[in-house]
Amino acid sequence: MAATTLLDIKGVQTYYGNIRALNGVDVTVKQGEIVALIGANGAGKSTLMMTIFGAPRARAGTITFAGTDITQMPTHEIARMRIAQSPEGRRIFPRMTVMENLQMGASLDNLKHYDEDVEKVFTLFPRLKERITQRGGTLSGGEQQMLSIGRALMARPKLLLLDEPSLGLAPLIVKQIFDAIRELNRTQGLTVFLVEQNAFGALKLATRGYVMVNGNVTMSGTGKELLANPEVRAAYLEGGHH
Amino acid sequence: MAVTVSPERDTVATPMQRALREALYAAAISFGLFVLFIGLKTGQNISNELVLTTRWGLLAAVVIATAVGRFLYVAYGQPFLANQKITDVATGLLPASVASRFFQLPAFIVALVAAVVLFAVNSSLVGWVGAEPAGYLQFLRALSVIYVLACVIYYFRGFIHANFTKLGIAALILYPILVVAILSLMSWSFVGGLQGSLKWVDNFGIQILIYVMLAWGLNIVVGLAGLLDLGYVAFYAVGAYAYALLGTQYGLSFWILLPAAGAMAAFWGVLLGFPVLRLRGDYLAIVTLAFGEIIRLVLINWREVTNGSAGISGIPKVTFFGLMTFNVSDPNYVAKVLHLATSSAYYKIFLYYLILALALLTAFVTIRLRRMPVGRAWEALREDEIACRSLGINTTTTKLTAFATGAMFGGFAGAFFAARQGFVSPESFVFLESAIILAIVVLGGMGSLVGIAVAAMVMIGGTEALRELDFLKQVFGPDFTPELYRMLLFGMAMVIVMLWKPRGFVGSREPTAFLKERKAVSSSFTKEGHG
Repeated sequence: MAATTLLDIKGVQTYYGNIRALNGVDVTVKQGEIVALIGANGAGKSTLMMTIFGAPRARAGTITFAGTDITQMPTHEIARMRIAQSPEGRRIFPRMTVMENLQMGASLDNLKHYDEDVEKVFTLFPRLKERITQRGGTLSGGEQQMLSIGRALMARPKLLLLDEPSLGLAPLIVKQIFDAIRELNRTQGLTVFLVEQNAFGALKLATRGYVMVNGNVTMSGTGKELLANPEVRAAYLEGGHH
Repeated sequence: MAVTVSPERDTVATPMQRALREALYAAAISFGLFVLFIGLKTGQNISNELVLTTRWGLLAAVVIATAVGRFLYVAYGQPFLANQKITDVATGLLPASVASRFFQLPAFIVALVAAVVLFAVNSSLVGWVGAEPAGYLQFLRALSVIYVLACVIYYFRGFIHANFTKLGIAALILYPILVVAILSLMSWSFVGGLQGSLKWVDNFGIQILIYVMLAWGLNIVVGLAGLLDLGYVAFYAVGAYAYALLGTQYGLSFWILLPAAGAMAAFWGVLLGFPVLRLRGDYLAIVTLAFGEIIRLVLINWREVTNGSAGISGIPKVTFFGLMTFNVSDPNYVAKVLHLATSSAYYKIFLYYLILALALLTAFVTIRLRRMPVGRAWEALREDEIACRSLGINTTTTKLTAFATGAMFGGFAGAFFAARQGFVSPESFVFLESAIILAIVVLGGMGSLVGIAVAAMVMIGGTEALRELDFLKQVFGPDFTPELYRMLLFGMAMVIVMLWKPRGFVGSREPTAFLKERKAVSSSFTKEGHG
């Protein structure tokens, strides 16, 4: 695929106070790809995800989306570039119903394709349709993750960011969610950038992958290459120690 | 035969045994607690020596009362309450068996006859039986009226439940007319009815509606946008002083100054909004509290403009849209134009409808906004600010519009307040007012307009009604002043309501997005603090 670069992260450094969390990270996501970023707890994966959205802001380096520099943009402006996010901890609106959560997701799109998109989300996650009048806070963890992804999709994103979609979910639900992501990518050509601790699942799903250690990207390659790489296998796939 | 011995004693004991045991424990605990508090009392004798008096009788009475109370609660109260909970889920009302036992036709007829007879002979009652028994009879009359009304409400409960909002608005619109009609009939004179209606329309009607409007305004900030504002009374003050100053200095009409007061308050709302954009929860509460105090202190100390604590008097009355006035000396005085008897009640009734219209406007705007992007953004902001931003919502403008809209309605209410009182001083805008308004919003169930209206009626109407409880003097002696216990009862009522309904009177919120059918989202699905 000779695809164009959609998201280009160059030399990004992010700090929490005086503590450096990212030491110059380079990541590219091309149109139509699924890119996975794997790494241990505290490696800086979620920080990179949040830096793309401008909170916290990168202190050095540039983030370019579809040719526009978004490094210094306010968060809501970045979202309006049609980057949607299913954030860490899902962050659905707990007192609002499933329908209202989806409606909030569509507010970027001005509810133009609302009915059509709601139907699409329900075909992707039929479980959500059974829960439409239920409050977000009363859903199970897996359903909340589906709702979080569904809400992000309602904005008709060009790029979907997923922060640990498998966190705390049963293997069967994780499989459902990964299948849904693959389906979205295959049928609609949606570009996905996901951060995962579940390295095996994520790399199997991904076109390309990056490995992050202590705020640095140490390895990159196609999903298959990384899965076969002995270092990756030792650190993330076998033995169970992170 | 296998015998399993349960380590749990409660499963073996019958309810009666359990109640007796609990009563014994309660007696022991209260004895331990009160033996020094009540059983012994130190005092001085004539030669200034310390003497110890014992009050074993009183101590025994307290201990026995505790034991009996605990026994009754465990033996009868708890099973009853447990039973209530079971039926509550199914019907949402009192269990039918209990309610239908309480509301019966013979009892209804007896109460109705008693009420009618006691009303009919009201004027000659004191002459027949003396002052003290007459007081009790009046109390009895009040009870039978309440019982009759409760019976009627119970009978039509299905209809009332289905059309609560419409019936409520109709009742509010008809209220002054009904009051005047009933009082005219009771005193056999229209003017008498008008004068008698003053208290009911002004002290109850207008007073309650002002708080309903304020609470609905604050509801936008606290209930919808989730920004805890402890200084809401500041906007009320801004509106009141805007009308008071511009009205007295430039003689502008209320109808011009009402929007001006709203705009002024909204402007101050935005000014408050800017510094607190990054704050949430407790920190926001403290800053808004300080803001309320700053406004009050400025009003006290900026004497050249606000006349300090002496306040501003002679604030012009509202005119009937410039066509008629409510000043007796004016040639366009309403009674002269319409050839009616002179009475101050016209103005109060007019004000009643004015504040009713303003309050309904607040409700209407709130309902409309909730279905619009900005209102949805407010609610989403209350739920999760970070998620809001990542969905492309500009949280800065969202917060500022919430502050401005809430403040605007506070400003409207303030201008009305100034026009009604004819006098404003910083004393009307103390922190207690903010606290009461916030309490109404919380008691009503944050976000629910009907719940808030009911809460305002209970809180403000309740405190006003406590002024009327003269019969308590007959029970507790002439030294008893019920007014002094108002705040105590008020606080107790709040604690009880929050224990009984931790989410307020109406804990459910109406969703605004639907696929096909509408359904209220019950609060019973979510835990407190989570939803």
